Amino acid sequence: MIINSEHLKELENEAIYVIRETAAQFEKKVILFSGGKDSIVLVHLAKKAFWPARMPFSLLHIDTGHNFEEALSFRDNLARETGVELIVRYVEDSIRKGRVAEEQGINASRNKAQSVTLLDAIEELRIDAAIGGGRRDEEKARAKERFFSHRNEFGQWDPKNQRPELWNIFNGKKHMGEHFRVFPISNWTELDVWQYIMSEKIELPSLYYSHKRKIFNRNGVYLAWAPFMKLRPEEKVFEAEVRCRTVGDITCTGLTLSKADTLEEIVAEIAATRITERGGRYDDKRSEAAMEDRKKEGYF
Amino acid sequence: MAINGKNRYKSLLRFTTAGSVDDGKSTLIGRLLYDSKSIFEDQLVHISESSRRLGKDEMDLSLLTDGLRAEREQGITIDVAYRYFATPARKFIIADTPGHLQYTRNMVTGASTADLAVILIDARKGVLEQTLRHSYIASLLDIRHIVFCVNKMDMVNFSSEVFFTIKTRLEKLAGQLAIPDPHYIPISAKYGDNVVEKSSAMPWYQGKTLLHLLETINIPVSKNSCFPRLPVQTIIRPLNDEYHDYRGYAGRITGGTFKTGDEITALPSMFKSKIKTIEAGGKQLSEAGAGESVSVTLCDEIDISRGDLIVHTSNIPKSSRELTAMICWFNEKNLRNGGRYLLRNHSNETACIVKSTDFRLNINTLEKEPSVEEIKMNDIAGIKIITAKTVFYDSYKDNNVTGSFILIDESTNETVAAGMIN
Repeated sequence: MIINSEHLKELENEAIYVIRETAAQFEKKVILFSGGKDSIVLVHLAKKAFWPARMPFSLLHIDTGHNFEEALSFRDNLARETGVELIVRYVEDSIRKGRVAEEQGINASRNKAQSVTLLDAIEELRIDAAIGGGRRDEEKARAKERFFSHRNEFGQWDPKNQRPELWNIFNGKKHMGEHFRVFPISNWTELDVWQYIMSEKIELPSLYYSHKRKIFNRNGVYLAWAPFMKLRPEEKVFEAEVRCRTVGDITCTGLTLSKADTLEEIVAEIAATRITERGGRYDDKRSEAAMEDRKKEGYF
Repeated sequence: MAINGKNRYKSLLRFTTAGSVDDGKSTLIGRLLYDSKSIFEDQLVHISESSRRLGKDEMDLSLLTDGLRAEREQGITIDVAYRYFATPARKFIIADTPGHLQYTRNMVTGASTADLAVILIDARKGVLEQTLRHSYIASLLDIRHIVFCVNKMDMVNFSSEVFFTIKTRLEKLAGQLAIPDPHYIPISAKYGDNVVEKSSAMPWYQGKTLLHLLETINIPVSKNSCFPRLPVQTIIRPLNDEYHDYRGYAGRITGGTFKTGDEITALPSMFKSKIKTIEAGGKQLSEAGAGESVSVTLCDEIDISRGDLIVHTSNIPKSSRELTAMICWFNEKNLRNGGRYLLRNHSNETACIVKSTDFRLNINTLEKEPSVEEIKMNDIAGIKIITAKTVFYDSYKDNNVTGSFILIDESTNETVAAGMIN
């Protein structure tokens, strides 16, 4: 497959511009790092933006406690190699402190609870810019997102009253206690991200490549089995060759049956797919406006 | 597509669409996405379920673009939405903007980053005031390529006479607005005629289909080809042993080309030096052009900080503390004549005062209305601004980065206006 590097170049130039703008306009900046491919690409872009200096960001990971082991070790290695500070805050702690209640039942997930832990971390660490790997092609509420997205003192997003963003002039002015979410790869599609990973030879957690795993089927979505996953009687665990298209919390990461174990095969698979990336995300299936509602509350 | 030199063409095309819901804009976008196989199966299932829930007989493709709860409930587009699709020939980013008068500001926002505008005209209605408004905004933002799609040809029996009558009107309009590269296509978004596939119902139309035109139109990588400018975003100082004396001026080149060895001047200090190295992500380059995010080092140690401009010594931009500009007002609070705002152009910021509002543009007749008392949200006006410090700029037509600015209200921090310097 031939990659048109010209458009990847333009997307890279744009993202680096946004990342540098963030560095210049804010005091305490972090990259929201999930261990997923989009945040890994962000770290790669930030490295390039400030070469030969170290990037002026820390990595912030909101840990639900339900992570893939591979994602965590990858995270630790990446932080060590880039020499940037890794800050981890735990949803478990927020639950223990009574800041958020643990969801109960079959579909219980800590995905939504992450917002509380994230907002607490933003307040505690006095973060004024949190850089995320959100993309507008992922989901319809995200299609409305700005590069510099304002959050009020409660960390909330007001989608109906966003600051207009003209040309490449980004207005990061804010009052005390407010912060910004910044999305440098807003204009990238899933395929762009994969082609970029391939052309830049960016290392990824093994989860993204085909591997054997114990899984089960829930309403048409394949989920990874883990000791804390509650199963319905009809749900049977079996082993299959799968890979992740997105990596999040285990409870909501849908898996793809796939034998693709090289970047070339993955890119070809993505190019031919007829299902959206978040089609396999259990967290988006809760309602039509699931993402919009979570984002208003302070979600990524 | 040529890759090198000045004749580089974009492989990523950004375009904006204008036209109200009644013109079939959402249907057209849906058609482009659908026929280019950019709508996924789960999205289709989702849209048809939602359509049924909202009591619609047919699948409503606008549900794909209207992402916010309020938009779906009210059946209107409030905000700019961005859509992505690709064909083997090109990648596309659509800025889908609402077409109604009260959303002029959203059209301006969508148009500010577009290379091309698609303007829809209802074949039954012909050229309306809103066609004038959409065309004017596109030309104000200096979009050079405009595709006028005469839609709903199926409702006028695919009549060539209807199309050519409208085309003649549009050609006159394009002439008045001095649009450099206008195109005219008769389409039916609903049935797909001349959108992706050539229409068998309109054999009299010999031109390209809309998608084919979008795929093949030559659009230079940057429209700012002549004025070499590098606005400095940040200074890179590693302060480690290996790069002890490294001082990189980081920014995105907004015009022309810089080469190593070039004589440059830093503004506002007017200090001169030569380019020692140009780097992008650790890679050494001998030259870099408009659109590239780079870091340059200079042969001399001179004082440069964020907001400064590095330019070719042979091509210095204009400088002044008084600017004449066209603005679009974005805020619910009216523009205050004599009011104080923060002006930002590229990475530079300065306080400013609006000295006078010279006219408001009647966007439906394109007449300038003098002696206006108030400039309201969505108004387009000609104003004069006095800045606290000297601004280095180009005319917007020459460089859309050094020639554009936003105004920020210092009490609310909101972006209240977009400006284009004359």
